[in-house]
Amino acid sequence: MADTKYMTINMGPQHPATHGVLRVVLELDGETIVSSTPHIGYLHRGIEKIFENRTYWQGQPLTDRLDYTSGMSNNLAYVLAVEKLIGVEIPKRAQYIRVMLSELQRIAAHLLWISTHALDMGAMTVLFYGFRERENCLKVLETVAGARLMPDYIRFGGLREELPEGFLKEAKVFIDDLPRRIDEYETLLTENVIWKGRLKGICPLSADDAITYGVTGPVLRASGVYYDVRKAYPYSSYEDFDFEIPLGTNGDVYDRYVVRLKEMRQSVRIVQQAIEKLPEGPINADAPQYVPPEKEDVAHDMAALIRHFKLMTDGFRPPKGEAYASIESSKGELGFYIMSDGTEKPYRVRIRPPSFLNLGSVSKMIEGSLVADVVAAIGSIDIVLGEIDK
Amino acid sequence: MSDNTEYLEILSGKADGIEIVPTPPGEPSAMVDKNNIRETLDHCRYDRDLGFNMLVDMFAIDYNGEEPRFEIVYILRSQKTNARIVVKTRCGDEGIETVSDLWPAANFLEREIYDMYGLPFANHPDLRRIYNPDDFEGYPLRKEFPLEGKDFDKRFVVDLEKA
Amino acid sequence: MGVENNVLVSTVDWLINWSRKNSLFPVTFGLACCALEMMVASSAEYDIARFGAEVFRPSPRQSDLMIVAGTLTKKMAPIVRRIYEQMPNPKWVIAYGACASSGGIFRSYSVVQGVDQIIPVDVYIPGCPPRPEALLKGIMELQKKIQKETIKDRPLISLPGKSA
Repeated sequence: MADTKYMTINMGPQHPATHGVLRVVLELDGETIVSSTPHIGYLHRGIEKIFENRTYWQGQPLTDRLDYTSGMSNNLAYVLAVEKLIGVEIPKRAQYIRVMLSELQRIAAHLLWISTHALDMGAMTVLFYGFRERENCLKVLETVAGARLMPDYIRFGGLREELPEGFLKEAKVFIDDLPRRIDEYETLLTENVIWKGRLKGICPLSADDAITYGVTGPVLRASGVYYDVRKAYPYSSYEDFDFEIPLGTNGDVYDRYVVRLKEMRQSVRIVQQAIEKLPEGPINADAPQYVPPEKEDVAHDMAALIRHFKLMTDGFRPPKGEAYASIESSKGELGFYIMSDGTEKPYRVRIRPPSFLNLGSVSKMIEGSLVADVVAAIGSIDIVLGEIDK
Repeated sequence: MSDNTEYLEILSGKADGIEIVPTPPGEPSAMVDKNNIRETLDHCRYDRDLGFNMLVDMFAIDYNGEEPRFEIVYILRSQKTNARIVVKTRCGDEGIETVSDLWPAANFLEREIYDMYGLPFANHPDLRRIYNPDDFEGYPLRKEFPLEGKDFDKRFVVDLEKA
Repeated sequence: MGVENNVLVSTVDWLINWSRKNSLFPVTFGLACCALEMMVASSAEYDIARFGAEVFRPSPRQSDLMIVAGTLTKKMAPIVRRIYEQMPNPKWVIAYGACASSGGIFRSYSVVQGVDQIIPVDVYIPGCPPRPEALLKGIMELQKKIQKETIKDRPLISLPGKSA
């Protein structure tokens, strides 16, 4: 008989539990993983290249499709970077609305994560509860943006339009009801013996490893590292809000679950504060060369119509320069590095997708663990292939 | 932010060939000579005054027509001091040395640059294309590469051997 | 007068088509953004089970409907084709969303401009992404299409590997 060799198995790209088209090649010694190689690029759409060939306006729809579970956050990151380049001051009202919407989007993304992760781990009930709340959340977002997944609502210099009537009331109903629903998930999962047995101590990542691997977001915080872009480099008036950053201790899959649940509760707090403190005022910056006129004016005023037409067809020309802006999306630090050469198209748009670097740590995470835990580890870092592959 | 300039000044005292350049509209960044980049980044990572233990991002920019042609940008962050600096270097087609032993995060990021620009990283443990298939021709993010690639107007033919 | 006009054959056709169209087993196969909406379509809110298409199968060998939900890249194309060929006949394909139908907004070097370049598509659903209701509508359209088929074109017993 031949010498005992490691067995190589292939997971994906069409695998129900890899959340998209990820492929992982595992080398096994019995049931234990010796090494693993993730293969990505099955959803590589060349978004960075397309950016270079589009105007700044036309680039924005592409950002929605990066991390398709949190479109609002992606819009925000891109818009913040461009706003740094053009140097406009955003009115407080718009900033608060941006905070409110990106926190609602975070809740939707975390609900999706809890549902699918629980499904991966064999707890199907949570899926139906989680999707119910996510639907409610998307309905609230839909009243603002008119679309479920691809909002495209946060625009350069402010917002697309004023909040629709009754939005705040609807958002409040949803957000006040949510903590009770999270309690429901907790009764289903948190102290569940099977859930704990499946998740506790699985695939831990030490704090040092997490930092040097560039891991961000809930995965990093589950390892006990205090880093959240909202606190470290506040943007869009996050410094006005009172919230905490939940931390884990062991950095295992269970801690990541706990951190995300707590984060949802913090997001609820932020949205409540934003609704309460929402100031009156304009929603767009006073910068006619970048911000299109109101739709009402376009219909009546010739000058506004021309300005609108010029902005939409020619685009605008930011001054030469480079800007990096990052936000805390539901997955981690989402950054845009935009370089302008003074023309209407960006010279280079670099996207720092949080999932991409988080995925880089998977090999480290699953080394030495059992093959059944791979699904738990991959699920727990909440990857979205759209933003990994770009 | 003024404190980041402070770190750049500490850094420029540690190694040679570092120039602090303005990067409008934001903070300045450090432009490092290609031959000193490895030493500089080593200081960034391990020096007690700096301690940039997180490689936030690393990417390349193609300045087509200039010499040297490519710019590689490192965005570094320190968990201890919360400082964030930008370090840059310029290189040609020959590429530069890897930093994946300083920050394992660079493993994937360097593979991405290799895939998109064709810049090799010396001593990289696993330098393969990351997004595009292995037999892909050309480097998509180079300025001369057409957005639609070649054979765009022809019908796509599947090679089942690749599955 | 051919066999296909025979009263017996058309009655059998009707029965077979009726049973085929009301028990479509889709293969669990999400490529990108649209896959999220496909998942939502199977949740309680939209309930794809009303159309008999709720049994998502992880294995292509047990399914007869492929919902291509998302952008098809050139790297992924051979795999999609292989999965399609692994599905036993009779099989149908829905191109769900703009990317699957035509490449959508991704007119770039790595994207296949429409999944119909590699596999035959029965129903196209426009939208980016289409709402879950659109998927239900697409399934209803497919059901109408299936009802019009004859067993001459889609034999009762056939082995996987052969394209329909």
